[in-house]
Amino acid sequence: MNCSLQQEVLSLLNENAKLSADKIAIMLGESKDTIETLISELEETGTLLKYKAVVNWQKAGIQKVSALIDVKVTPQQGFGFDALARRIYQFPEVRSVYLMSGAYDLSVAIEVDTLESVGRFVSQKLAPLDSVVGTTTHFVMKKYKEDGIILDDPEQDQRLVITP
Amino acid sequence: MNLDDKLSPVVKNLAPSGIRRFFDLVSQNPNAISLGVGEPDFTTPWHVRDTAITSLETGQTSYTSNQGMPELISQICRYLADRYELSYTNNEIMVTFGASEAIDLAFRAILAPGDEVLVPEPCYVSYTPCVELAGGKSVPVPTHARHGFKLNVDELKKRVTPRTKALIVNYPNNPTGAIMTREDWLPIAKWVKQRGILIISDEVYSELTYKGHHVSIASLPDMKEQVILINGFSKAFAMTGWRIGYAAAPGPLLQGMLKIHQYTALCAPITSQIAALEALRNGLTECEAMVSQYDRRRRLVVKAFQDLGLPCHEPKGAFYVFPSISVTGMDAQTFAERLLIEEEVAVVPGDVFGSNGAGHIRCSYATSIEKLEKAFSRMERFLKRHRKAGSTGTAIQTHGA
Ligand SMILES: Cc1ncc(COP(=O)(O)O)c(C=O)c1O
Repeated sequence: MNCSLQQEVLSLLNENAKLSADKIAIMLGESKDTIETLISELEETGTLLKYKAVVNWQKAGIQKVSALIDVKVTPQQGFGFDALARRIYQFPEVRSVYLMSGAYDLSVAIEVDTLESVGRFVSQKLAPLDSVVGTTTHFVMKKYKEDGIILDDPEQDQRLVITP
Repeated sequence: MNLDDKLSPVVKNLAPSGIRRFFDLVSQNPNAISLGVGEPDFTTPWHVRDTAITSLETGQTSYTSNQGMPELISQICRYLADRYELSYTNNEIMVTFGASEAIDLAFRAILAPGDEVLVPEPCYVSYTPCVELAGGKSVPVPTHARHGFKLNVDELKKRVTPRTKALIVNYPNNPTGAIMTREDWLPIAKWVKQRGILIISDEVYSELTYKGHHVSIASLPDMKEQVILINGFSKAFAMTGWRIGYAAAPGPLLQGMLKIHQYTALCAPITSQIAALEALRNGLTECEAMVSQYDRRRRLVVKAFQDLGLPCHEPKGAFYVFPSISVTGMDAQTFAERLLIEEEVAVVPGDVFGSNGAGHIRCSYATSIEKLEKAFSRMERFLKRHRKAGSTGTAIQTHGA
């Protein structure tokens, strides 16, 4: 399959998951069939994982508590970072898990409904894991940009309505 | 005292801008979706703005040389060579207040009272007024939808006189989106050489070329010596508000323009020059990203007009489409006014770009895809109501691009 076409389709959908195959086909000057086939292939191979909305929960009046947790780990014989990460990402409150270079090993982002849930998660779920030797929890106080999307209200179009 | 009488006759007789009247109309309609905007909907890339901010913080607030900052001029030189195979030296380039100032300077530098300038129409609204302000006479040369609004040498031949001093060209074109390929230029170049006519080439949309690569008329063999090339940063780098552009021309012509510039403008603003330098050095990636977004919208818009049954040639440059609305039986002014009032979509009537733009509208796709789609569904409703009697049911069909 045409590699640059694939990249263009992926970047269009990455920007706007709502775009129909039809519209994508027009925008890229391809047939609808080509695009539909390509998208199914990308879905089947797990390249296109999911279509989801970026929500500003605060606007919706729904409180969410987010925290970033630095996790220090001593990998044990036969139980490396990957295995630990897999155990951590199974928890539904975990939004992301990254292996990091530097002062700690795993960075875990969680999103829950209350402050207490963060404490519960860390003390009852994360810290007791065998190879976890320490955690530092940072609460998110305000979100400005999420997943490449600015959460502030967009600025008004300042251009004059008609220009030559 | 009647102050009108104090105005110079040239200024008094200058035709009022057709855009201005329409602007006032649209301004009363705050909910309108405007497809009438002739500037990018992107903001200037952040690193360009950031460089300008730093320059202010470090106190770079002085005049520069009349011609422009030497680093910027060298960078423009390299850019023209790399992108368009143009070989200018530093003393053949000057930095101006947008392409706009360069257009004015070009006409003032070359025109004697009564000299004629061939102006292909439909065209950007400033050319004829600038010619007239410089004491010249503008001679419209029609370009046609059936030729994709390309310039045709036969039309030029019909209108040339012993007083013809120059021809102004603008490709990619505002308002039609037409471009000229090397093959398209060849007969024009040959004729212009023969006649010893100067060419003023306004190439502000050069980066916004979607099929193939922009060809500057100045890059054709032996043409450079009779071309005043004008370009700028407004469209390529989304820098309209910075008011920065440049002209490139052989020594004597550039010196003439520079003479006027040094007395009337002194120099282009230093902050904008610093920003422009950063745009040329590190902004081409963003430029390409913007161009690929325009290209996608361009395809959507052309398809949408085909689906609406409004014949529309395929624009290959700039960010405009110029469909014909004659199937509605309305003139362009009426069409645009009614569309605005009834469906709150603003387009620009084609005749403001010259009389043979009549029967067309200019729509800019420098607008988000969401807005474009909303505008098209409103236009569809509008056209359903206003299809010319007799063509009902057949007007909505596909016309070739
Ligand atoms: C064809 C053409 N030339 C020149 C200009 C003015 O450009 P600048 O902002 O560089 O003065 C425009 C702006 O719309 C244009 O469309």
